Amino acid sequence: MTVGQSVRRKEGRDKVTGAAVYVDDWSLPGMLHGATIRTQSPRGRIRGIKFAPNINWDEFVIVTAKDIPGRNAVLLIDDEQPYLAAESFEHAEEPVVLIAHPDKHKVEEARRAVTIEFDPLPPVLTMEDSSRVFKSFHMDKGDVDSVWARADFIVEGEYSTGAQEQLYIENNGMIAVANSQDGVTVWGSLQCPYYVHKALKGLFDLPDEKIRVVQMETGGGFGGKEEYPSMIAGHAALLAWKSGKPVKIIYDRAEDMAATTKRHPSVTRHKTAVSKDGKLVGMEIDFAIDGGAYMTLSPVVLSRGTIHAAGPYSCPNVRVRSRAVATNYPPHGAFRGFGAPQSIFALERHMDRVAAAVGLSPEEFRRRNFIKQGETTATGQVISEAVDMNGLMERAFAAIDYYAKRKQFAAQDPSALRRKGIGFATFMHGAGFTGSGEDYLKSVVGIEATANGRFRILVASTEIGQGTNTILCQIAADTLGVAYESIEMAKPDTASVPNSGPTVASRTCMIVGKLVESAAIGLKQMMAASPDRPLRAFSQYKAPPGIRWDDEKYQGDAYGAYGWAVYVAEVTVDLLTWETRVDDFVAVQEVGKVINPVLAAGQIEGGVAQGIGYALYENVVWKDGRMANNQMTNYIMPTAADVPPIRVYFAETPYKYGPSGAKGIGELPHDGPAPAILNAVEHATGLRVNHAPLTPELLCALS
Amino acid sequence: MRSELKCTVNGVARTAQVYPMARLLDVLREEMHLTGTKEGCGEGECGACSVLVDGELVNSCLFPALQAEGANIRTIEGVAVGDKLHAVQESFLLHGGAQCGMCTPGMILAAVSLLERIPHPTEAEIRNGLAGNLCRCTGYTKIFESVVKACER
Repeated sequence: MTVGQSVRRKEGRDKVTGAAVYVDDWSLPGMLHGATIRTQSPRGRIRGIKFAPNINWDEFVIVTAKDIPGRNAVLLIDDEQPYLAAESFEHAEEPVVLIAHPDKHKVEEARRAVTIEFDPLPPVLTMEDSSRVFKSFHMDKGDVDSVWARADFIVEGEYSTGAQEQLYIENNGMIAVANSQDGVTVWGSLQCPYYVHKALKGLFDLPDEKIRVVQMETGGGFGGKEEYPSMIAGHAALLAWKSGKPVKIIYDRAEDMAATTKRHPSVTRHKTAVSKDGKLVGMEIDFAIDGGAYMTLSPVVLSRGTIHAAGPYSCPNVRVRSRAVATNYPPHGAFRGFGAPQSIFALERHMDRVAAAVGLSPEEFRRRNFIKQGETTATGQVISEAVDMNGLMERAFAAIDYYAKRKQFAAQDPSALRRKGIGFATFMHGAGFTGSGEDYLKSVVGIEATANGRFRILVASTEIGQGTNTILCQIAADTLGVAYESIEMAKPDTASVPNSGPTVASRTCMIVGKLVESAAIGLKQMMAASPDRPLRAFSQYKAPPGIRWDDEKYQGDAYGAYGWAVYVAEVTVDLLTWETRVDDFVAVQEVGKVINPVLAAGQIEGGVAQGIGYALYENVVWKDGRMANNQMTNYIMPTAADVPPIRVYFAETPYKYGPSGAKGIGELPHDGPAPAILNAVEHATGLRVNHAPLTPELLCALS
Repeated sequence: MRSELKCTVNGVARTAQVYPMARLLDVLREEMHLTGTKEGCGEGECGACSVLVDGELVNSCLFPALQAEGANIRTIEGVAVGDKLHAVQESFLLHGGAQCGMCTPGMILAAVSLLERIPHPTEAEIRNGLAGNLCRCTGYTKIFESVVKACER
């Protein structure tokens, strides 16, 4: 058995020797280097494009919207976002002109010699000013209007979060070959080959088989390579189409940070009714996110944030109203957690506030309200798993010595300039696509017994550092009863692998892994019946029995399974510099069977570090609709010197419909750190800290 | 106007024609096809482009190539000896020190450099030694563990 063992990362050797090939490590003969000329203002009408005379433009390939052979739209949920703005533009950094040249230094010089002339239009740069809603949800459980008159306590609060940059270490990049005879092929850094495939089909008006998308080794994604690669792939392909030559586009860090998607900023308002014995009676939640200028994935981000807004608590009356609004910022997009870190941040800050109002400790208040097996979530989903939030909480508290520290820190000298605090968050995260999402995807996975006695997994699910290659091979090896070493991964290439769905939503292990398991069972049966090789078996997603979901009312079984977690943070706040330092961090979670303990712990530790950045450091500064600190010098992410010990513990309750009992894991760890840390800061300082990131400037202003 | 650069890379004498302001990073990647050295930010913040120049850990994106004249350069491609991985590489493989792999070459060179200076570093020394190399995947925990375990080998 390899499941449960920390076998070595499948592609690990290439990564530690520098042999792994990322898109910028690869070239094609005669290749041109492409660049993108973008708008520098948040909204306007384009009057013209000026090419400065100091450049010999005859040497360049130049593409504008007029050159697009198919539809000028990045097809995803809707078709509003253009590949290249033609007459008007809706945000800064919107692509307008593409240029390419064999010498990349000349491309850079030329990029600066193109001016977009425009008449400015007034932009919308706050959510309050927005008059356009991309998507809204209204979720009702029980009768929340009836609770206010009989509530013993009513507690209200408002919480907000800023944008966050994914900051994968490998910037976005793509190589394309395109002509009318062979169609379009792109190789690049991406999470979702079939998303790119769909977008390119529309852009070039070509049939399925004329578009080929290949994932190269990808240096991190975190959601940041979910939708935007469709844009870059289209741009590289348009230049290749016009020039007849291969074209490479690699973003530098400044362009990647300024132009590509970030986590949606959010504002959440809570109004909560509680009885005097500390039971939640009613929760009214208003959740709003800033979608930026085009819809992109905002409806889906909003959906996940909405469903997670009421957390792992049992409350008979819940209303969540939510909306994603349009502004003139570059579109916000997918980022690990996908709306849930925003709404969970608000909820877990608010729960501490409610506990205080009722006169209970934060842990006792939660203890009285944790959801249990057989109770229903905010969507009316009956929890069929044996969930034990209190057990997870006590385990986390024991690991960090919570009770003693809570007492000790409360008794510290009030005039001390360095104050300690301890706080926590309790939360859940649904694995897989929401509601009927997996039914629509109908993912397919294949597995092949090759002619040379080995096995190959055929999926479009990508390895982006999280361990896809390794865990899927582990699952296949155990199901087939063969050695881990005899399993290999087919390259994610739409010409040769089926569509196993996008690599998002904590679905790769639980959903795709389960399909690998069932395809392997099928292959085993075929092999027993036939000596022929190669042999291939496929498996397609079918919802587990009893799952029901109402898309209209947003009620039912939102997710097949949830990860459950309790995270505790210990902090020191320096009252002179207003810096907050995380001294210790404990992360306890139940994610079903752990397939690979080292990889799983690595997911949690990495997510926690990203969450620490979200809580304290990672501040996107906007100026006139543009990111002003689009450099690693002034957008600060945690370094080796900043992160505390991150201590990870797993409880394992096998999930019946997951491979070997596994659930999802990737997004969960980003949900808990920010509220846990800010709860600890309030414990240390007594200050009501309601915004993440909590920069020293913000904390100082509150004092 | 290119100038000739002569240096030793991973024990091999190399010559390249380089522009006066060329970055060592570009010369390694484009002229010598040593693409294991990565570019993450181009401004000396992330350390993905770390290499050893005469034993000193440098950000090759900030290092003018011509300054490497006569120098002994070690890149990630020169860390393993043939098929035999360096103890740090082996340890990164075993203990989950590499995830997406993009920071890994620079991180491994930083760790190798640290252990060559301090064979048994304290935790604080490991943190300081690696603080110039950003990793977005691991939260550094498994990287620290990999370095500690590499010392024990």
